[in-house]
Amino acid sequence: MDNTNDTRVLEITGLDKFRGTTQVLQGIDLTLRAGERLALLGHNGAGKSTLIKAVLGLIQTEGGSISICGSRPGTGAARTHTAFLPEAVSFHPALTGHEQLLMFARLSGETADISALLQRVGLSEAMHRRIGTYSKGMRQRLGLAQVLLGRPKLALLDEPTSGLDPISRQDLYAIIDELAAQGTAVLIASHALTEVEARTDRIAILRRGVKVADDTLANLSTNAGLPVKLRLRATEAQADQLAQQTGGCRINGASVEIRCAPQDKMAELRRIAALGDVVVDLDMVPPRLEDLYRHYSQEEPS
Amino acid sequence: MRILAMTRSELLILRRNLWIFMATLIMLAFALALSFAGSAPTGTLGVDMLTISVASMTTLSVYLAPLLALMMSFDAIAGDRERGSLALLLSYPAGRGEILVGKFLAHLAALSIAMGIGFGTAGAIAAWFGSAGADSLVALARLVATSILLGAVFLVLGYAISALASSTTSAAGLSAGLWLVFVVLFDLALLGAVVMDSGGAFTQSVFPWVMVANPADAFRIWNIAASESVALASVMAGAASALPGWAAPLSLLAWPVVGFVLARAAFGKVEP
Repeated sequence: MDNTNDTRVLEITGLDKFRGTTQVLQGIDLTLRAGERLALLGHNGAGKSTLIKAVLGLIQTEGGSISICGSRPGTGAARTHTAFLPEAVSFHPALTGHEQLLMFARLSGETADISALLQRVGLSEAMHRRIGTYSKGMRQRLGLAQVLLGRPKLALLDEPTSGLDPISRQDLYAIIDELAAQGTAVLIASHALTEVEARTDRIAILRRGVKVADDTLANLSTNAGLPVKLRLRATEAQADQLAQQTGGCRINGASVEIRCAPQDKMAELRRIAALGDVVVDLDMVPPRLEDLYRHYSQEEPS
Repeated sequence: MRILAMTRSELLILRRNLWIFMATLIMLAFALALSFAGSAPTGTLGVDMLTISVASMTTLSVYLAPLLALMMSFDAIAGDRERGSLALLLSYPAGRGEILVGKFLAHLAALSIAMGIGFGTAGAIAAWFGSAGADSLVALARLVATSILLGAVFLVLGYAISALASSTTSAAGLSAGLWLVFVVLFDLALLGAVVMDSGGAFTQSVFPWVMVANPADAFRIWNIAASESVALASVMAGAASALPGWAAPLSLLAWPVVGFVLARAAFGKVEP
């Protein structure tokens, strides 16, 4: 397996999964290349964890196929290539962090520098304490340390930021970036929308087991055609007048909000510039991930 | 290698939560109590002290070995699943069979330590007080070995329960039920059947085989039949004499294998 950026690490085609009579995954197609960071978004119950478990070979699927570097999920080769961070990960409380990580290293046949890995995730002081004494965030860090074992080709992270404080989140994404830089394809299932925005190359949105979007953030916003919001601040007591002139609506004492399509943005800006001194200030709010997410996860797929 | 990784980790857990220490202490306490309680009739019957304590320790082990084994194994899969660490464990290259064997080796080692030290000390004390013949030493060694085998049966049955149960709590409940059925109710039911039958065809030909099919009874029969001096005046002694010598060992050796296959199949169905 060569390490060019075009290498397909994960390839899912037409995946179906039923739980009883309800279909929890429906014709999912998903491709992930080496070094790519993909955010998998969706509400609780949208099928994110199910999809991850299918890729891990932990559950049976009824249709479609999954290939991890050419191997079927659950085979020895596939498991060797894959690292996994479960949602709200936990370990046996009687072991220390060091012992637990050593066991995982032995299970995967790696001779990693355990202490250095634990230091990397910020557990150097706690590594010889029992996991039972760890906080939720520390357990999550330990979970992350085992992802870093043995340079996986594919890393599946299920809600990796749950239970982490903001600084830890920064560390987490720094580690994810490192993983991607060494050629690991990273899939991050999340509903912490604002974080994945800047930190991923591509965004896929699941809605009730159906993939409703899969593209870069820029393309997603263009296709969604969500309005750009222009927020103008008017001079004293002229907000009403400004609202009438621009066709926007007052949002507080002195501000007016205008929504316009992305392609009309420049024309709108020129119009506003022509208004002269009435406009004191202007803020432009492009559609954010929340808006996109809401757009794609509520609307029926066309 | 992967199996040993699993075993090492499990042994560490058993040591850390004092399981090995407590189990050894329990075995030691019971074995010593029975040795000294059993020493009273020594001499008057012309049987050496160790022989008598082996007989009472056999009765003890029928109850304790399955209990100790189930206490370890009921949690083996259900516990990991409830904590949420099973999915992670299964995402590693180790197969489910390897995980099960790894845990089994650790649990078996813990049982062996408890049995070996507990019964061994009782034997040493009897020998120290000067009444332990070569025969009774063989009987003691057999008791230790068969107790470990009996434990192994209930370890693998416990894994099967642990894989099938929906939670740790229900696994614990089912294990208690399993223990009750194999160790207590099975014998009661058989005894009832024998009384009803009053020496008919069932008692003559079917009863011994049904009895030896139960690993707990196979354990008793093996220990009793093999050493004549340990024979107990009971229905069992009669039944034991009606069976060929290989029946009890075969039952006790086959059960761990059958149980393991069951446990592996049940574990294979687990979707964490």
